[in-house]
Amino acid sequence: METQLKMKKFERVCQIIDKYEQNPNKLIPILQEIQKEYRYLPEEVMAYVATCLGLSPARVYGVASFYANFALKPKGKYVIHVCDGTACHVKGSGEIKKALYKKLTLSAEKKTTDDLLFTVEAVSCLGACGLAPVITINDKVYGQMTIEHAEQLVDEILEKEQRK
Amino acid sequence: MIKQNINLEEIRADYHSSIETLKHRVIICAGTGCVANGSLDVYDALVKELESKGLNVKVSLKREDDEPKGDIYVSPSGCQGFCQMGPLVTIEPEGYLYVKVKPQDVPEIVEQTFIHKQPVERLLYKNPADGKVYAKHNDIPFYRRQNRYVLGECGLIHPEDLDEYIGKGGYAAARKAYTEMTSQEICDIMIKSGLRGRGGGGFPTGKKWVFTLSEQSDKKYVICNGDEGDPGAFMDRSLMEGNPHRIVEGMMIAARAIGADEGYVYVRAEYPLAVQRIRRAVADAEAAGLLGDLVFGSEYNFRMVVMEGAGAFVCGEETALMASIEGLRGMPRPKPPFPAQSGLWGKPTVINNVETLATVPLILRNGSQAYRRLGTDGSPGTKTFALTGHVANTGLIEVPFGSTLREIIFEIGGGVTDKFGNPDPDGFKAVQIGGPSGGCLTEEFLDLPLDFDSVRSIGAMVGSGGLVVMNKNTCMVQVAHFFMQFTQNESCGKCIPCREGTKQMLALLEDIMEGRATADTLALLEDLAKAVQVGSLCGLGKTAPNPVLSTLKHFREECEAHVFDKRCPTGQCKALAVPEILADRCKGCTACAKKCPVGAIRGERKQPHVIDPKLCIKCGTCAQVCKFNAIVGV
Repeated sequence: METQLKMKKFERVCQIIDKYEQNPNKLIPILQEIQKEYRYLPEEVMAYVATCLGLSPARVYGVASFYANFALKPKGKYVIHVCDGTACHVKGSGEIKKALYKKLTLSAEKKTTDDLLFTVEAVSCLGACGLAPVITINDKVYGQMTIEHAEQLVDEILEKEQRK
Repeated sequence: MIKQNINLEEIRADYHSSIETLKHRVIICAGTGCVANGSLDVYDALVKELESKGLNVKVSLKREDDEPKGDIYVSPSGCQGFCQMGPLVTIEPEGYLYVKVKPQDVPEIVEQTFIHKQPVERLLYKNPADGKVYAKHNDIPFYRRQNRYVLGECGLIHPEDLDEYIGKGGYAAARKAYTEMTSQEICDIMIKSGLRGRGGGGFPTGKKWVFTLSEQSDKKYVICNGDEGDPGAFMDRSLMEGNPHRIVEGMMIAARAIGADEGYVYVRAEYPLAVQRIRRAVADAEAAGLLGDLVFGSEYNFRMVVMEGAGAFVCGEETALMASIEGLRGMPRPKPPFPAQSGLWGKPTVINNVETLATVPLILRNGSQAYRRLGTDGSPGTKTFALTGHVANTGLIEVPFGSTLREIIFEIGGGVTDKFGNPDPDGFKAVQIGGPSGGCLTEEFLDLPLDFDSVRSIGAMVGSGGLVVMNKNTCMVQVAHFFMQFTQNESCGKCIPCREGTKQMLALLEDIMEGRATADTLALLEDLAKAVQVGSLCGLGKTAPNPVLSTLKHFREECEAHVFDKRCPTGQCKALAVPEILADRCKGCTACAKKCPVGAIRGERKQPHVIDPKLCIKCGTCAQVCKFNAIVGV
């Protein structure tokens, strides 16, 4: 059963690599598409990509760990990004981040809840400075955020998930 | 196969004939900001409402010959810049601008505007400073004071409609470049125009192109740098979202000027809408035969690839960006060789910023003389700025070089606000210009004409154009710390001055904020900042100390108060806070004493309590639990 699952996992990876003609120059777009599929880059997948592209696993890992958008650990179903650009920062994004950490018992070190429901991360400027402070939940932008509103958004998700 | 060449004139004529018969055009802003505020719901509701009232509404200008022409055309647009007031709805030809529109406002808009031909008063913009109401888009001070040259069509046209871009005169400059001009002629016009790179460096674009043109090579590349990472800057995002075809056209012209046949657009992954729109623009241009083999029937080919970044600020540096396209870690390499000699995959490459490339077609269309009429001698043209922070009107603006900060902040921006967002005429403290590479400017520079050279001469940088206004509640040491934290995080780690220097500068700033600093700290910080400036490999490290140096220079007193008096003049630095219980407010409920983690609060029940400053760790718990607001200073 497990091997079968694994085979299936790699099947999709193969499709992605083939789409980019196994071109090692396309390593970043390949990893991006794989991450869209799995929400993170599992170690065995990175090793597999390295073999397919004729690169060393270290090279692939080096790229994956360099860029902030690649996740080496599984992320939650709902990824909350708290913008920490200048405009958001001076308008109190730090307090919103702290409130979310507190609500979900997370921290700068522990970014994902144990039930894999939420990930909270500070990100560099999202470019929606006119709406500062801004958070995004799975890429949907919420502007002019307050602590109360942010907590309310989390509550709404929790409620929705519990109803399922 | 002989390719049918695209007939720009025919498309333009078709466009005008369908626009001329329209009675109204409704433009709904669909930039990131307005979409976040629900503008797409407004769009849907409006189309539905117009249809239900039996009005002849169109959502596309395209039509079959036997189909009747529409009366009202509803279209989305790119960012109109006034993000804070979004969703924005503009009605043409009247020019009404409705702000903060919600789907439930739609029936009233339709009834009033289209049936009774009157504006909906309550949805018009009201200036917070004087309470004056403005019916028309162009009368609002935020827009009236601007000169939207590069941003011009952003917010007026449908960003995903190639025909509309052509209808407004688009791709004519590219055709001229491919069919009527030599590479040298194109470069000459750019040099004459005096256009300087908008990414921050301000290097003359024409010169960059000439250097690349003069290299002999079988392959050359053009890159559009859309990795706009500066916190507080979003002008490139807005251009890519609002007028993507202008960027495609700019790249085509650049390619023709240097002899490149392949181009890359590198867009930050944090800008999903920009990625989507520019991909769509490239696909549409390809389908229409504007990109591909034998462009405009000339002997030249040009193809474009859109690449999404992966989240590294340093990739805004040109050599790091190229490494990223090559599939490597985005680390800069030493220059020379410059990209003009050895760029992407070792081939001669021109790499320009989004705004620069968006300006190029305008220069070719209108001539270099027309361009020079805007701006100053040394810095011709206009510059887009992202105006944010403690200012009444935040948003994306464009002004000619040579405008002053006072005009921008007080006339366009509507003045400074306090921490609750209310207008505060005396609130101005500083404006941070140029993001993490720039610096903070004080009141004395408010009348300085802004251009590349004047700003550099006072130790800051126009940079990509972020302007963050700060009011008197802002602690400048914390601002310097914020930027240092940012650059330290984003330092790629290749060269030691930047990797270690930013870390040490950050630690010194923390010492200042947390009361551990001595006179030596300031001297050491200044020394180190200068060393990092000189010793770093790329622009990130070279400019990382700017926020620190400008704070030390312009806000010396505030820094010294932290160091010598152990006091934060704005009360923002927690560690320097001195919590105190106001005896007249304290009811002696003992809540604070019970919660204090170090037992620093003493007092009899029903008697005012006191904090022992020797034990207090300034955690602020007491202030949080106090129901009587009796604890201050933390």
